Amino acid sequence: MTKFIAKRLLAGLILLAAVCMGTFFLAHLAISDPTVALLGSSATPEQQAVLAKELGLDRPLLVQFQAWLSSAITGDLGTSWRNQQPVWDQIVLRVPVTLSVVSFAILISAFVGVVCGLIAGLNPGSTFDKGVKIATVLLFALPGFWISLMLVIWFAVRLRWFPSFGYVSPAVSFGGWIRSITLPAVALALGAIVMIAEQLRNQVIAVSQQDFVRTLRSRGLSNFRVNLHILRNASPAALTVIAVLFASLLSGAIVVEAIFSLPGLGQLTQSAAQIGDIPVLLGITMVSVVFVVIIYVVLDIALGWINPKVRLK
Amino acid sequence: MSIADKILDQKPNAPVRTSITQRFFQRKAGVTAFTIFILVVLMALLAPWISPHDPNFVQLANTKAPPSAEHWLGGDSAGRDILSRIIWGARTTLFGAAITIITALAVGVTTGVMAGFFGGLVDRVFSWLSDATQAIPGMIILLVVAAGTRSNFPILMATVGVFMAPGYFRITRSATLAIVNEPYIDAAKVAGLTAPRIIARHVLPGIYAPIIIQTALAAGISMGIQAGLQFLGVGSANTPSWGAMMNEGFRFMLTNPTLLLWPSAALGITIAALATIGSTLAEVVRVRTPVVSETEGEDDKDWDPAQGTGAFAHDKNEAIVRLKNLRVFYQNGDEQKTVVNGISFDVKPGEVLGIVGESGSGKSQTIFSLLNLLPKGGKYVADQIEIAGKNVNEMTGKDRAKILGSQLGYIPQEPMSNLDPTFTIGHQLTEPLRLVFGQSKAEATAKAKALLARVGINDVDRVMKSYPHQISGGMAQRVLIAGAIAGQPSVLLADEPTTALDVTVQAEVLELLRELQQEFGMALILVTHNFGVVADICDRVVVMREGAVVEMGEVEQIFAQPKAQYTQDLIDASLDGTLSRKDLDASETSNVHILKTAGGGQK
Repeated sequence: MTKFIAKRLLAGLILLAAVCMGTFFLAHLAISDPTVALLGSSATPEQQAVLAKELGLDRPLLVQFQAWLSSAITGDLGTSWRNQQPVWDQIVLRVPVTLSVVSFAILISAFVGVVCGLIAGLNPGSTFDKGVKIATVLLFALPGFWISLMLVIWFAVRLRWFPSFGYVSPAVSFGGWIRSITLPAVALALGAIVMIAEQLRNQVIAVSQQDFVRTLRSRGLSNFRVNLHILRNASPAALTVIAVLFASLLSGAIVVEAIFSLPGLGQLTQSAAQIGDIPVLLGITMVSVVFVVIIYVVLDIALGWINPKVRLK
Repeated sequence: MSIADKILDQKPNAPVRTSITQRFFQRKAGVTAFTIFILVVLMALLAPWISPHDPNFVQLANTKAPPSAEHWLGGDSAGRDILSRIIWGARTTLFGAAITIITALAVGVTTGVMAGFFGGLVDRVFSWLSDATQAIPGMIILLVVAAGTRSNFPILMATVGVFMAPGYFRITRSATLAIVNEPYIDAAKVAGLTAPRIIARHVLPGIYAPIIIQTALAAGISMGIQAGLQFLGVGSANTPSWGAMMNEGFRFMLTNPTLLLWPSAALGITIAALATIGSTLAEVVRVRTPVVSETEGEDDKDWDPAQGTGAFAHDKNEAIVRLKNLRVFYQNGDEQKTVVNGISFDVKPGEVLGIVGESGSGKSQTIFSLLNLLPKGGKYVADQIEIAGKNVNEMTGKDRAKILGSQLGYIPQEPMSNLDPTFTIGHQLTEPLRLVFGQSKAEATAKAKALLARVGINDVDRVMKSYPHQISGGMAQRVLIAGAIAGQPSVLLADEPTTALDVTVQAEVLELLRELQQEFGMALILVTHNFGVVADICDRVVVMREGAVVEMGEVEQIFAQPKAQYTQDLIDASLDGTLSRKDLDASETSNVHILKTAGGGQK
């Protein structure tokens, strides 16, 4: 098991390195002259050259990457080009916000998605199953940001159940924290719920048709017990979707944070992208991928626990 | 993605093509969605001609104006005609989605075919890249690209396409892999066909359906992302777009809600149409999904008892199982297929009844009907089913389930697929003992161990802790037998219990069944296609063909003088290569003795 985890972590490290490299070169390719964005179009070429030298942009790209990588390995992600603040400090400040929202969204979507998928899968063709299918099409058709705004209008502005913007740290007020992340998390979760439900439903139908289910019933086991067997056998598919969704929820968080004015990684990404603050963008990418890698390793362990056959492979 | 993945297993082949299209258009949802989508496409293509106004023309008097004869949907906050902007916005939306899809198709399908066809390093590199792409939060990259290219719309939408490529990659790769491993592809290679030709002829036709489904869904997703980017302010202010209109709508939502309504409706309807096209097509292609018929169990009132076959051999109070005129149907859509057409038989305690027949003769369906565990879509009707003196035919599902395990034990055919792969053997044996028979954990464990020892397993403790994949097929069958007898049922139903086993193990398992049957005085109903097995263990035999009883009687009598040619054929087939016809004919009287030796390896 240790060897298995070590292997997955190594693969994750390679992925991390590759993504950082890719983002680095892509960012420099896309933002060909960051000094223009930083100084504004009124700056003279001389001023631009001075800033470029200051930021080390006059060096060849490979040398810049090497410099970034060698300090990143030691945990130093450099400083923001905009405000000279250490990138790491800015990220650490914002990670709890994004992570709160995304984790809460995962919790909601996993719970509701699994319940809906299981019921629909055990009763294919039923009214409930059809309802889930319609909800899937509807939620698929309405973009996440649209749903977010509707949630704000109804539950924050009209009903005043939740705040319409801002973030409260759990250290300040736990209830306030939950209230502040509920709407953004629900907005993110809705799309994820139907994806998890659909995947689990199809898998439950497939497992229900397997021979061992009939044999379990022939032993006299109750429907409830047999369904537990079906759920355990069907869950790897749903778990995989949940893990894969994590990366896309981080993406979605960028839009949702903009709507709910949450001071998270998404907002930082947006402002950094606008002025071409490459060190900050690289730092955020790195942190995001680290989270994704962790989730994948957890997924692999969970899959191994659910289905012992996987462990041997 | 998920839907498309599922369909992959089905590997739709070329001849189905026309019928898939036909079936798609037979569905109301499919036709409606397709029509809507075509209308949106026409609206986009004909925008310059059908748009009533210039979408960017500012008319101050029209600012936030309500609908009028001149401006059907009114004006926006800058006094521009909303209808015209919706029409031109369709153009932007479809153009963006087209770029995304073309990019995703080009990248995903090409790499997928290459990965599947060449395998090895190519496969590993592309698969890894595909996984890596999914691990990156794409929005960060999109924002970087947007900043760097000053929101160049085509480049942005192409970037979205790159992030959607993994979906196509997975579909194409596994479809290609499935086909490349077919022997006829080797033949094609040997015959000198080039890789591109093999791919074009054999691989691409197999993946068009999942690709279309994936495309419908991806187009919808890309439109959502596009609107999201426009909503965030990414994109040109002069190009009318639904996302930008929605952004404006939200700003004035409390005073002028229609500003939000129209672009939202346009986007929602378009994406919903695409999603419906995708899921309808998926359903049409996915033939194997069980069609749960609303009219399940259409009673066959006009069934004529004269069609029934088989008979009772014992007195009413002597028999432990009495089955009269069992009919089994499968409902598939509007079609009803009869697989068992009115058979009758009975068994008494301590008797071994063989049910023999070729595949499709309905013998397994008979067993499932007795258990009330027919697969979905199946239903049975019988004039009488009595098990252990109870008329189970009139019981409700719940009461009926109560006789499982305690009165009826079931031994399946394929040992490996009949154990839950995710639980240990010990758990699977103790679970019914604890929950059905109310034993404590310790009692159940002790009983399970005793059962395992009784069915001939030596290292009981190891097997208890093992998962099904860790034991051999023969051992798994012993475990299943142990599970079947755990509740000391009065009737054991065995469905081809030795077919999936090695020849040497077959004899041992049959021997074990006979011992257990005698030890517990159980009735054993044994389904098989092999007359050797019948000779070895059965007292009486029912020969079935196409859902009817061909003949039935004492084993000795059937072997000595089969009435039906079909029985004779089965006997001959079962003994092929073991004993010749002549050997059998030579010794009329000692026939059965020889057969027993030949069929079961009995000492």
